[in-house]
Amino acid sequence: MDPFESIKATFFQECEELLTDMESGLLAMEQGDDDSETINAVFRAVHSVKGGAGAFGLEELIRFAHVFETVLDEMRSGRLHLTDEVAKVLLRASDVLADHVAAARSGGGVDEGRTVGMIADLQALIDQDRAAELGLHDDNASAPADEDFGFVPIVLSLDEPASDAPEVDVAALMAAASDPEPATNPTWVVTFRPKADMYAKANEAALVLRELSRLGEIEVSLDASAVPPLDQLSAEQAYLCWTIRLAGDRSEADIREAFEFVEDDCELSVVRDGEAADASAPDLAIDDDSDASASAVEAAAAAPLDLDALLARVQPPSEAAPADAAPPSPEPAKTAPAETNAPDPAKLDVAGLIALAEKASQDHAQAAPPAAPKVDVKTEARASAGAPTAATPTIRVDLDRVDRLINAVGELVIQQAMLSQRVFESGLARSSDVALGLEDLELLTREIQDSVMAIRAQPVKSVFQRMPRLVREVADLVGKKVRLVMDGENTEVDKTVIERLSDPITHMLRNAIDHGLETPEEREAGGKGVEGTVRLAALHRGGRIVIEVQDDGRGINRPRVRGIAVTKGLIAEDAVLSDDEIDNLIFLPGFSTADVVSDISGRGVGMDVVKRSIQALGGRISITSEPGKGSKFSMSLPLTLAVLDGMVVSAADQTLVAPLSNIVESLTPRAEDVHLIGGRDAVICIRDTFVPLIDVGVALGFRDTPLPPASGVAVLVESEGGGKAALLVEAIQGQRQVVIKSLEANYQHIHGVAAATILGDGRVALILDVDALVTTSRRKAPRIEKRMAG
Amino acid sequence: MTDTVTQGVAQRRELIAFRIGDQEFCVDIMSVREIRGWAPATPLPRTPSFVKGVINLRGAVLPIIDLGARLGLDTSEPTARHVIMVVHIGERTIGLLVDAVSDIINMSDDLVQPTPDVASDQVKTFVKGLFALDGRMVSLIALDRVLPETEAEAA
Repeated sequence: MDPFESIKATFFQECEELLTDMESGLLAMEQGDDDSETINAVFRAVHSVKGGAGAFGLEELIRFAHVFETVLDEMRSGRLHLTDEVAKVLLRASDVLADHVAAARSGGGVDEGRTVGMIADLQALIDQDRAAELGLHDDNASAPADEDFGFVPIVLSLDEPASDAPEVDVAALMAAASDPEPATNPTWVVTFRPKADMYAKANEAALVLRELSRLGEIEVSLDASAVPPLDQLSAEQAYLCWTIRLAGDRSEADIREAFEFVEDDCELSVVRDGEAADASAPDLAIDDDSDASASAVEAAAAAPLDLDALLARVQPPSEAAPADAAPPSPEPAKTAPAETNAPDPAKLDVAGLIALAEKASQDHAQAAPPAAPKVDVKTEARASAGAPTAATPTIRVDLDRVDRLINAVGELVIQQAMLSQRVFESGLARSSDVALGLEDLELLTREIQDSVMAIRAQPVKSVFQRMPRLVREVADLVGKKVRLVMDGENTEVDKTVIERLSDPITHMLRNAIDHGLETPEEREAGGKGVEGTVRLAALHRGGRIVIEVQDDGRGINRPRVRGIAVTKGLIAEDAVLSDDEIDNLIFLPGFSTADVVSDISGRGVGMDVVKRSIQALGGRISITSEPGKGSKFSMSLPLTLAVLDGMVVSAADQTLVAPLSNIVESLTPRAEDVHLIGGRDAVICIRDTFVPLIDVGVALGFRDTPLPPASGVAVLVESEGGGKAALLVEAIQGQRQVVIKSLEANYQHIHGVAAATILGDGRVALILDVDALVTTSRRKAPRIEKRMAG
Repeated sequence: MTDTVTQGVAQRRELIAFRIGDQEFCVDIMSVREIRGWAPATPLPRTPSFVKGVINLRGAVLPIIDLGARLGLDTSEPTARHVIMVVHIGERTIGLLVDAVSDIINMSDDLVQPTPDVASDQVKTFVKGLFALDGRMVSLIALDRVLPETEAEAA
């Protein structure tokens, strides 16, 4: 992947986490949490998304995030108060923001109308609060500055100057950041030298300066003296340093607060004017070995900006691609006068260059800029010790690597078992040193295996967190009031399972809202609260994970379900069914109770699809319902898809594994129960029901003549489609958990084989694809016979 | 070890030579991951006869192709004296069952001659070219054709 793409991919990964953080914060706020830390967290998330988006020139995203952020900022500063309505608008805005991120990621479009409407809603919040503000007291210090100070994206461009990307007007940026009026009575001198890390974390020096400007009148001067000549310029370093003189009666803590997000990643000193004579006049001298460009840079730093002249001096005249090769433009020195214009965009992609110089990577600033102004040592110590925004100690690891580790550990377990067996076969006493050592090895191996599996285990939170949005949208669409309660978000399950939980949960939630809950009017009439409750819960039970979706709606209308099943020919008219059996009719293929096929659920696919997708994961689903009180769906899934509970059987001298989730029972067939239909197809009568009897050895082509039924064992299986069949095998060896290995990885799919596994003796055994075996025997039997014969 | 003396700018490479019956073949050494002894494989249902089955290679399921059978040569049941060359073909790793590994050859591309027209279609599918080595003929195997999927219909 080219570096730009990989940075972008990282950005989107981070976006996902940020959006998640944002949503949990907003949900807390919806519950009335107006703690400033919560609001701050949401603000930070939106802000970081915006900052990253700026680096990639994702304008739509920036535009929206900016408005969103402004509202949050108003709340942060206490001007806008949290109300139910505000929380709802913010939640919807978060959905739109997520859409924008998704659109930017996939390159698709977003719903323009929705965005515009959302921006209007957000703007209304801002205006409303501004109006209130102006009505109360005439505060012209902060609000107007806000208006002026639009967020200016800095476009990151590694390959070409982004000619049509928004040009950054550096001068304007700086002018906006600093107060146009020269400070008359500076009392604080702040020296701020960002490290490369700060930019790598998508922080903006300009935004920090903006924060400062709110505290009082500031005068900013830039020290660009550390910018090296072009050929020594590293895109990953930070070279710039600002000195800010801040007027006004502010405490040091106030000032430091403006640097809250960046204080670990910059050199910062905050001193009273008098104490810092030398800090206020940053040392402009740079190393003597710098050549002509040094003086050029120095000149640029000291005087009003003359970039063209600078270019002429620094840039080697014969360089190809002048725009690309241009030196980093030192940002304007001193408080930017109005006449300092941005250089001609055709010649110089300032945005790209700044980005290049400062944003590109996470590399550390080992080569700290020379000529650093005096740094307050106490500041440094404090910054490193305090570290309020310290990163959580986690690492991002490619799933492939973890899988490789798991494979290796699986093999270790097998090797260890084989080794023990060999040692005991060789006649060593169990009390011998070798045997004792082996026992320790076994314990250790198991421990490693557990730990490794735990790496892949993740809380279901990542799936659950997507659900509030879904519930909001579905509820809006069907005009119902819904409260979603989630439990057990921290229940852990293997990553492979998590990825595939989302669809069934989505479907069940939609179903619960669309079919389960009544309309607000019906609820009121029924003496319930207007708002329906849907509960989504995850828990561990019996070595499996159970997901429950429970609603307090009308419950299953059994007479109606029964009526539909009869009408659709799914059950006989006179069938006697228990309540439970009636409830479970909704899982039958082709059953959909919605009178009107709505957008939400009831597309004719319904619950049978849910059931099948869950069974495909080795899971089960069931429903319990109480009329008038609601229904509860529970699905139980294995904790991992990497292992499977299987029954080890032998057929035609081969060892095979049948997934336990398919198996109903096993029995020894009596000769008189087996009947032939036509030439070769056999059925077996089990308790007055005829099911096909499939000789596994023959079906897989391991042998030509079927096993005499009475000499084998029949395993009654149920396929995902609901069809039953009996598999005839020679013997059942036992039941065990096996690790699933793909056949496709190195070979190709084989009909009738789901996957492979490695048994304790180190040999490969095939895992049967029961569905394929059953459906093949039922529908395509003649063709199989022919293929096998030929 | 035999080194073929070459000069000039042609691409030099190292090949692993192996025997099947009395014929000699070779593959690029870069595609060979390891060489191990034959171990009984688990047969796969409904596969062409040259697919011997799958073995466990440190946790990976590795299909074994009987290269002799694949080339249409007479083969016998594998014994412990046979070897499996574990090779990479694109994203996949498979095992090739051969009689013995004989040599590592250092040679240049311009010595490889195209497969003459006398060869059968089956051989031409798998043999990229021939070259002479100390009076012996060695065939260069085109590994990407060895897996059966491209002719799944024919099988």
